[in-house]
Amino acid sequence: MITMRQRFYEVVAELLDSDPRVAVVLAEIGAGELQPHPRLFNVGIREQLMVGVAAGLAFEGLRPFVHSYAPFLVERPFEQVKLDLVHQDVGAVLVSTGASYDGARSGRTHQSPGDVALLRALPGWTIHVPGHPDEVERFVRRAAGGDDNVYVRLSEEVNAAGVEADGMVVVRSGSDGAPLVVAVGPTLAPTLAATAELDVSVAYLATVRPFDADGLRAALHGPDVVLVEPYLAGTSAAEIAAALVDRPHRLLALGVANEEFRRYGTGPEHRALHGLDAAGIRGSIAAFLSDSPHPGWGSTPHPLPATISA
Amino acid sequence: MATTTTLAYEDLPGLLTLLTGDEKHDRSSFSTLDVLWVLYDRVLRVDPSTPDDPGRDRFLLSKGHGPAAYYAVLAAKGFISVDALAGFGNGDSVLGYHPDRLLVPGVEISSGSLGHGLPIAVGVTLALDATGDPGPRVICLVGDAELEEGSNFEAVQLAGRLRLGRLTVVVVDNASSTYGWPGGVERRFELEGWSGVRVDGRDHDALEAAFAGAAGDRPHVVVAEVGS
Repeated sequence: MITMRQRFYEVVAELLDSDPRVAVVLAEIGAGELQPHPRLFNVGIREQLMVGVAAGLAFEGLRPFVHSYAPFLVERPFEQVKLDLVHQDVGAVLVSTGASYDGARSGRTHQSPGDVALLRALPGWTIHVPGHPDEVERFVRRAAGGDDNVYVRLSEEVNAAGVEADGMVVVRSGSDGAPLVVAVGPTLAPTLAATAELDVSVAYLATVRPFDADGLRAALHGPDVVLVEPYLAGTSAAEIAAALVDRPHRLLALGVANEEFRRYGTGPEHRALHGLDAAGIRGSIAAFLSDSPHPGWGSTPHPLPATISA
Repeated sequence: MATTTTLAYEDLPGLLTLLTGDEKHDRSSFSTLDVLWVLYDRVLRVDPSTPDDPGRDRFLLSKGHGPAAYYAVLAAKGFISVDALAGFGNGDSVLGYHPDRLLVPGVEISSGSLGHGLPIAVGVTLALDATGDPGPRVICLVGDAELEEGSNFEAVQLAGRLRLGRLTVVVVDNASSTYGWPGGVERRFELEGWSGVRVDGRDHDALEAAFAGAAGDRPHVVVAEVGS
């Protein structure tokens, strides 16, 4: 299967040729994947400039796509994202790669589990967390036609198939009143595996901002909600609380722990380390539904994979 | 009734007396006064009746600190009402201690946090170059201390390498950089391929000549020395 990242390069290259508004701004990352173009600007390893340049292009009516590893796209130039884009009231499409731990072998410097939480702190963003290359293409093409600020978070983790519908999509229905498990982006595959033998409904969500509160309310027929996010745990908990403010409910928010484990290895190993593989999700949901306290992070709720030894 | 008119340089001190409350930035504001006047009086092709004209020159005030002089010049040139000056910083005023482009006609960028205007100016320049309109100049005003922000030099380096001749930076040098720029800050630009000139920042004819001295095939820096 083609990767999300490769699909992005293919689509944005086509957009450069077909849409005179589209521009691309890079800071070396990805420069080797795209052919030279008059509206493709590689600014070198200068990430603050990368976002500032994108803002300047947007000032003049272009539609800039800005692409790099998530830490260098969101975290390092965060003030430029906040001021040069949001405060200046211009828009860009930020397309990151690396996600939370795709770059686990490269260590903490290339991991960005907090990217969505950071952008959540800024107003007006549309945030897509696609789970399949087909969704990447849909979101990128849609963003090209807008003027707003859009974040598309690419990952090496993919689901078996793309989901064509927008918003909260129920992909498996449990009995009436069954708990609802909301799987965000590439967590759908392990979530479906984890809940195969459980009486739960499973909903899929790839666009987390704006949050589909109406979709959540329509999909939830009982008191229990489990949220599975591939980035910092609890990032969308406030949105769920707001959506259900008039309904008594319980929420289990699973995601990447707010800890630095100081371990290399592979993405799948880190997925397991954070309890986001099928076994980890299953164990957390079982504990939640049995009214046992969730073990919580910091107590290593799931044993380290054998390939990651202390 | 709002008063919108065109006033003279000699009217600026009177306008500045209307802008009270941000005295801590007086030094910063007064340092830019003559540069701003020369830009709006002699250099920039801008029209207060069409502040969004695509063919206008782009002026980006990166050094948003102490914008009293900026507001006074904008009022003198008819972009904003003289009557608005007295509300400087109030909750119902469009004139804050740092400019907001969505509130003030003729203001190209919102500024305040230092080191943002020049990278944006590079993007504006690249866009104008890419879309093929040869007319507009892009002029960005920074302070000598503002240049301590590293983001500026990301922009200085790239603009020099790409020979962005449409871009001019004016550095208002009031020697406020704590550690200074040995040999003159213009050397940092020239090293990256810019043309550079240092002039008396209170001499209007010298400033006008300096702005006219852009080489055309590489970016240009005007260091306007205004004393400390």
